[in-house]
Amino acid sequence: MRLSLLALLAKEPAHGYELKQALELTFGDAYPSPNIGQIYVTLGRLEKDGLVRAVDVEQSNRPNKKVYYLTALGREKLEAWVDEPTEGPRVRDDFFMKLVLAPMTGIADRMALINRQRRHYLSLMRSLNELADGTDQANRVAHLLIEGAMLHLQADLDWLERCQEELP
Amino acid sequence: MTPKQLSTVIKTVNLGKIYQQGAVPVPAVRGVDLEIGAGEFVAVTGPSGSGKSTLVHMLGGLDKPSSGEIWLDGRRVDTLRESAWALLRRKKIGFVFQFFNLVANMTVADNVELPALLAGSSPKEARARREYLLDALGLTERSDAPPSQLSGGEQQRVALARALSNRPSLLLADEPTGNLDSRNTRDVLRLLGEVHRDGQTIVLVTHEARVASLADRVVSLLDGQVIDDGTIAVPRRRSRGGAGDVVELR
Repeated sequence: MRLSLLALLAKEPAHGYELKQALELTFGDAYPSPNIGQIYVTLGRLEKDGLVRAVDVEQSNRPNKKVYYLTALGREKLEAWVDEPTEGPRVRDDFFMKLVLAPMTGIADRMALINRQRRHYLSLMRSLNELADGTDQANRVAHLLIEGAMLHLQADLDWLERCQEELP
Repeated sequence: MTPKQLSTVIKTVNLGKIYQQGAVPVPAVRGVDLEIGAGEFVAVTGPSGSGKSTLVHMLGGLDKPSSGEIWLDGRRVDTLRESAWALLRRKKIGFVFQFFNLVANMTVADNVELPALLAGSSPKEARARREYLLDALGLTERSDAPPSQLSGGEQQRVALARALSNRPSLLLADEPTGNLDSRNTRDVLRLLGEVHRDGQTIVLVTHEARVASLADRVVSLLDGQVIDDGTIAVPRRRSRGGAGDVVELR
């Protein structure tokens, strides 16, 4: 979350709650909304590291609010993040370990493991379908995020099928 | 044991299909026992060559079984001759393939109305049904066009409308979203969901998990055999109204 907050602050200074709203508005329901406490903790760490600074802004009839802005160091950090290529997902699949190792010990049947996993993936796919149905068509960011998740899930299912064909 | 049961639409008993490839017999479907109830939406999945298309082709009488039985609406049908099958399909079965066979010299509207008329609907009923289906698939404006003026995605949707036009007991679909982009896929899936809620029985072959996950029940084939057959759990919703936990951004 550190870098997404830096990116939002590069656009304009903001206080914690505005950052939370900006994340929700941009990514829609597809994004697990961060709780406000998490955001303040992260902002505190960024401030300690010198990447953001905070100023108190007086408000009438309300306690002061802390508005955060990006420092030069913060901008450098953000630019470095944008410039470097991003690692793709790695195959580090807990299920695959289970699938290979469990039948060796005789405590599980490979076919049953695969079938159970397929049903689980399909039920995840179903929630993605529901999520897509319930997401505003105009929010392309959210829809692309959901579509990305669907494509990954389809790949997981295709791989499961390959395992079923190849493993004894 | 009596295969006749009111709520069962289609049932197979030890169904098998062997293709002759040169001198070698190749089993495509082996010992399939399926029972599909009225109003069920069943997805058939499996790797290519697992026998899923052969299976639904046999259910629609387009391919003859090598062994076993098929019962449709309580009547044994695998023993029927081709002419009897043709009659049965006209009355009770809707079929959608990945490649659609629309009648070239008829308008979209006439293509969709024809099966309803052949099955005995009045012209007024056929027309109302056609209007509903074309509207649901976003094709109303194309009603008077010949199929040749339609894009592949549009033709596919017309083929689905045609298959549903006679309100068949059973809708069979073989990769109905096979060559559609994501928007057209969404329209097709939405209509399938809608007719399913209205009680349409659907058996659909697909390799797309997104499509399969809409079914109530998924039958998985491998090497011509059913290796899994079960319902898909409806995911539990987390509190905040979104299934947002499915997607995780770091």
